[in-house]
Amino acid sequence: MNFCSQGNYDNMTNPNEPDIVAFCCHYSAYAWSQDLQNLPRLGFPENVRLEILPCSGRISIIRLLKAFEQGADGIYVAGCKDDTCHNVRGSRIAKKRVDYVKNVFDQLNIEPERIEMFMISREPNRGFIEAAKEMTMRIKKLGPSPLKGK
Amino acid sequence: MNSASNLKKVLASGQFAVTAELGPPKNADAEVIRTKAKLLSDCADAVNITDCQTAIVRMSSIASSVVMMQEGLEPVTQMTCRDRNRIAIQSDLLGAAALGVKNLLCLTGDHQQFGNHPNSTGVFDMDSIQLLQMVRMMRDEKVFQCGEEIKGKAPDFFLGAAANPFADPFEFRALRLAKKVAAGAQFIQTQLVYNVEKFAAWMKAVRDLGLHEKCYILAGVTPPKSIGMARYMKNNVPGMDVPDHVIARLKGAKDSKKDVQKEGINICVDIINMVKEIEGVAGVHIMAIEWESAVPEIAKQAGLLPRP
Amino acid sequence: MIVGQRKPIQEIIGMLKGIKNILILGCGGCATVCSAGGEKEVEILASIIRIDRKKKGGPVETKEKTLARQCDTEYLEELKDEVDKYDAVLSMACGVGVNFLADMYPKTIILPALNTSFMGVSEEQGVWSERCAGCGNCVLDKTGGLCPVARCSKHLLNGPCGGSQNGRCEINPDIACVWQLIYDRLKGLNQLEKLQEIFPMKDWSSSLHGGPRKIVREDLTL
Repeated sequence: MNFCSQGNYDNMTNPNEPDIVAFCCHYSAYAWSQDLQNLPRLGFPENVRLEILPCSGRISIIRLLKAFEQGADGIYVAGCKDDTCHNVRGSRIAKKRVDYVKNVFDQLNIEPERIEMFMISREPNRGFIEAAKEMTMRIKKLGPSPLKGK
Repeated sequence: MNSASNLKKVLASGQFAVTAELGPPKNADAEVIRTKAKLLSDCADAVNITDCQTAIVRMSSIASSVVMMQEGLEPVTQMTCRDRNRIAIQSDLLGAAALGVKNLLCLTGDHQQFGNHPNSTGVFDMDSIQLLQMVRMMRDEKVFQCGEEIKGKAPDFFLGAAANPFADPFEFRALRLAKKVAAGAQFIQTQLVYNVEKFAAWMKAVRDLGLHEKCYILAGVTPPKSIGMARYMKNNVPGMDVPDHVIARLKGAKDSKKDVQKEGINICVDIINMVKEIEGVAGVHIMAIEWESAVPEIAKQAGLLPRP
Repeated sequence: MIVGQRKPIQEIIGMLKGIKNILILGCGGCATVCSAGGEKEVEILASIIRIDRKKKGGPVETKEKTLARQCDTEYLEELKDEVDKYDAVLSMACGVGVNFLADMYPKTIILPALNTSFMGVSEEQGVWSERCAGCGNCVLDKTGGLCPVARCSKHLLNGPCGGSQNGRCEINPDIACVWQLIYDRLKGLNQLEKLQEIFPMKDWSSSLHGGPRKIVREDLTL
């Protein structure tokens, strides 16, 4: 697991693993782990770089695009479940932005599955870890970003 | 003026008039019109020729009218504002008059989005009321819309318009008819009547304005050919009012193994008999597009034959 | 304001074929307000173009810039020292800005990134709708302030037509029948008599049908 300083998405992890950037809502990220330093011990995949947002609704389209432009193989946003968002509709807004980028990818003939929105219950659960694992599996299947190697 | 129109003669004589409707073909075959005209020739005083109804390209209404006249039938030529500007409309009307057209129905026209060329421009240089006014001025004042004098023969049309008693806002519908009459409408053909009660309420508002004495009102009717068609008109045609009891009657016919089409004709005849009793109704306009063969039967059963 | 919408991505990419050095030029006026071509959208479009080129292995330089407006000479002049450096300027202003850039920089390829849609309002966040057709001959005093030229599908002046039902336009139930709105408003204002007059045929020569329009104000010209 890695933390990336804002705007720097260069992959520092194992080049054989997919490089995934996760933008996570502060609330859902802490809900399971209590302390983010616990995450690797709890099984959070190493190749996923976390960027913690005060609310998933703060994610902008340009940050998602830039993460991809700068080399991420996959991107996801993890926010609260639709009806439990601390900021009422933050995760709903985040989903709309993820959908926007999915649509952009689709139009550019890039697999829209490379970007995803996960809405995870804020109750302590494994959802947060599962999302990271699911995304890792998915991107492994899709292979490296089509922006690489050209 | 327009003394030669048979429709006008029938209406002026106080007889209950009958008009029918014919949709020109989506091809260049005049025979289609001749065949349909033969079906209608003994049961209507004049027959409407639609102008690319529902914005679907069909043979021109003026050309079709000429074919119909060759069959000895009098056309009510429809003219819409959708496809022509004031230059084209006036030009076409000079031509129509020269070719012997005597009745003109002035319509705004269905929006092009309904038709088979939804990407076309809708002209709408004017609306139906302004069209009536323009043609009346051409006839009565012998002037083009621009004010220039028509030297020589001016077009001489018996002028008609449409009215929809069932559209909203209901309270404005009779007032809108008043505008059409003031603009020049001499006869009116209404939207299809299924809700006779609402039609009667509209007619009362029309009489209160004295409009039934200033124009001839023909109630529009059509036989529902199937339950599906009645449902479609109820749910999908804007400005149509088909009460549930009409659909129930058709369903009843189906259950008792009676022919739904026969029941459709019965419904139409019943409506004719009802509207006939309403003061100020001068005739019926039987629209049975693509079911023209039903018109003689309806006219016969409603006691409207023989035509004068 | 003038409301526009970004063109489909593939259409923009198609225009940029063979162009390697692009100035993506936003507009701080209406295009910013309607979230179609302001600073934010310039950044997004630039990134999309770079992603596409990176995927295809084609090099591209994107320069992002947003002017206060693209419909005034003084702002367009800000580009005069740099415009030659680019293979093309992709304007995210309305068609007015694209035209004015083309007028001003005859040697530069100017491309539109937006479809200019209409003059309208922001009804609510993310929803815009048309209010004025710019016909050059305003009739709003007679119609209760609501425009049948812009808001009636057939721009009827003596409406409502027979397709008005439940306050909706026959061509699309998402469209309000403006004549129902006019009726309701005039009724509320006790001015229904206005609807009984026949509205004469409109003079369209002041609209686009009279050719491109121009206004010269002698009191203001220098």
